[in-house]
Amino acid sequence: MFAYIVRRIAYAIPILIGVNLLTFYLFFVVNSPDDMARMHLGMKRVTPEAVEKWKVDHGYDKPLLFNEASVGVEKVTDTIFFEKSVRLFIFDFGHSDDGRDISFDISQRMMPSLAIAIPVLLVGLLVNITFAMMMAFFKGTYLDVSGVILCVVLMSISSMFYIIGGQFLLAKLLRLMPISGFEPGVDAFKFLLLPVIIGVASGIGSGSRWYRTFFLEEAGKDYIRTARAKGLAESLVLFRHILRNALVPIVTGVVVILPLLFMGSLLLESFFAIPGLGSYTIDAIRNQDFAIVRAMVFLGTVLYIIGLILVDISYTIVDPRVRLA
Amino acid sequence: MIKPVFLTTDVLLFLLFAVVVVFIFYARSKPHIREPWQRVFSGRIASASAVVLLAFVLTSLLDSMHFRLPLENNAVSDEVHYSGEVLSVLDLMMGPLRTQVEKTYSAPFATQLFSKETVQLPGGGEVRTNPPLLYGGRHLQESGEGRGQDILARSLRALLQSLLASVLVFLLLAALLARRDGCSIRRKMGDILAGKTALPWRVILLSISMLLLFVFLSTNLAVAYHVLGTDKVGQDVFYLTIKSIRTGLIIGSLTTLVMLPFAIMMGILAGYMRGWIDDIVQYTYTTLNSIPGVLLIAAAILMLQVFMANNPEYFETTVERADIRLLFLCIILGITSWTGLCRLLRGEALKLREAEYIQAAVSFGVSHGKVITRHILPNVMHVVLITVVLDFSGLVLAEAVLSYVGVGVDSTMNSWGNMINGARLEMAREPVVWWSLLAAFIFMFTLVLAANLFSDAVRDAFDPRGRER
Repeated sequence: MFAYIVRRIAYAIPILIGVNLLTFYLFFVVNSPDDMARMHLGMKRVTPEAVEKWKVDHGYDKPLLFNEASVGVEKVTDTIFFEKSVRLFIFDFGHSDDGRDISFDISQRMMPSLAIAIPVLLVGLLVNITFAMMMAFFKGTYLDVSGVILCVVLMSISSMFYIIGGQFLLAKLLRLMPISGFEPGVDAFKFLLLPVIIGVASGIGSGSRWYRTFFLEEAGKDYIRTARAKGLAESLVLFRHILRNALVPIVTGVVVILPLLFMGSLLLESFFAIPGLGSYTIDAIRNQDFAIVRAMVFLGTVLYIIGLILVDISYTIVDPRVRLA
Repeated sequence: MIKPVFLTTDVLLFLLFAVVVVFIFYARSKPHIREPWQRVFSGRIASASAVVLLAFVLTSLLDSMHFRLPLENNAVSDEVHYSGEVLSVLDLMMGPLRTQVEKTYSAPFATQLFSKETVQLPGGGEVRTNPPLLYGGRHLQESGEGRGQDILARSLRALLQSLLASVLVFLLLAALLARRDGCSIRRKMGDILAGKTALPWRVILLSISMLLLFVFLSTNLAVAYHVLGTDKVGQDVFYLTIKSIRTGLIIGSLTTLVMLPFAIMMGILAGYMRGWIDDIVQYTYTTLNSIPGVLLIAAAILMLQVFMANNPEYFETTVERADIRLLFLCIILGITSWTGLCRLLRGEALKLREAEYIQAAVSFGVSHGKVITRHILPNVMHVVLITVVLDFSGLVLAEAVLSYVGVGVDSTMNSWGNMINGARLEMAREPVVWWSLLAAFIFMFTLVLAANLFSDAVRDAFDPRGRER
């Protein structure tokens, strides 16, 4: 097991290098730092001095890959590539284009992101599994058919409508909770209630329809027929046999996104003004803050790869037949 | 003379349409391709959604024939100058809707502006009132009719027209089918009405009648009123939503078209050749797949923005600039959604290369290229097809989210994402301006729902695993 994890981590390194090179290419080769400076300074009346000053201020005044002017190791290290890209590997994200410490921002904003992402995930799982089980239990009846149709209808509604509609209906018309905002501590509850409800609602359609196929697949297997043949009550078959086995693909599907929960939800956080990493990312994209976007690309990739490794480990835990070699 | 404008996405969209048409003619003579498609269209829901989808496709094709009108000739030279405004055939068809621009917001079917303004009375003095609209319901002032009465009369006329047109379509269809099957028209009509045909023509006719009703309602009502209100700068919201259809369809279809060649080639090569090719392909898609999609798209689009801001000379009109951005968005969306299909195809090819008929072909000395094109490719096409139709609706939905994030289509382009984005602020107004959101919701929901229902039918018909259930 340990050797397997070490090998998986070793596999992750070339992928991270690839991602790093790709972002470097996108951000520095496709457009030179001069272009970025001009973009930030505004297009009109950009003097070469102003461009030069912007580059010095933000540390983009060095050569891309190889610095002729330096001596020794610094020929390689005193470059944009080393300063901006290689440093990401030790999670040194540097400063954003408006001078804030990105690592500090990330550590501050992780908690609000989790405060909304974890309830959405857990409540969503509970709701989706319940619906999926009901549909599987009444398979072939009108209840099942109308359930599936309802799922397709719910799936066809853009998540933007869920958010705008929910905000309008529950917060503005019925005044049940604040429209947006966030407060740390216990007060967070009233602010989080609405985004969690909307987050869960927008996932019901695709989630429960997807889980329904897991339940049906499991229900068609031989051991279920055996269980029924020996006269087991239908509820026992459902809860003790089908549910437990259908949970295997569900759990592994959840584990892969666990680390990504830190990244928060782009839409929910930005609509509800929750100071998490999702709204941080959106703000960075809108302000064209390339340093933050670069950092988030790298962070997201690392978290995704961790998720993949966790999935493999969780397979061995939930399904004893799987052995990692 | 008008000057045709060939936008890149127009050309690609028509190319895609041509490929589909050619494929239909090709497939007519191949029973093994016809059979699953017949199964798709034998479903009532699938046929109805196919009709709806076809209506959307036709609209966007009409909207993809662009041209520029010449400006008024000045006497000094004979040279013709063209207007900077790029129009489409659809714009011509919807003529008054495009040009009848009000001052600002007005509610659906309103005859007055939504907000109060201070108006100078002719006899001196001022009054705060909702001034009448320039175009919406103008004919009422002249004839003095009531608004409700007028709307009712126009709706009834539309109903009558659509009934007539539907009957016409019905007769035409019955005649065509009767000629094909060599029976009397009267019997065929009975069969269709009783729902006894192989394809569910009754349902198809019903959905066509609904569409006709919609068309006639809009031709009767939309010329006289702003049926879905006007937006902040007074443009007709109904016109804007119709124009947005093209954007949604292009994102949904071109994205897959762009990625298909890569995904198919790399996936099959990796699975069939194995070895170092497999390693490279796997490494490429794992790397691309590891980057969260939105962030990769954001990074690429940000860079495109910088490039466009620094090189404005490449683009003749704003429409062309918006078009290149749309195409680029398709490409970058394609890159992020390419990996899933590639992995599926690799697995499929891995399985197939061990199949006996392929082993036989190889041992007969058939070259690798021939084996791939003759034996493997036709046998993975169902995977490709299922992926393409399943991805469509997700891509249409993604456009809205990306536009909100600020990395979607150009802000000058009509799209549902931009409409929703604008409506977000309108919902916070007091009183609420709800019609833009409603319009975008109705059209987007219809398209996505139809696509979802249709793709489910396609998956059920083509997926060999699904057939057994």
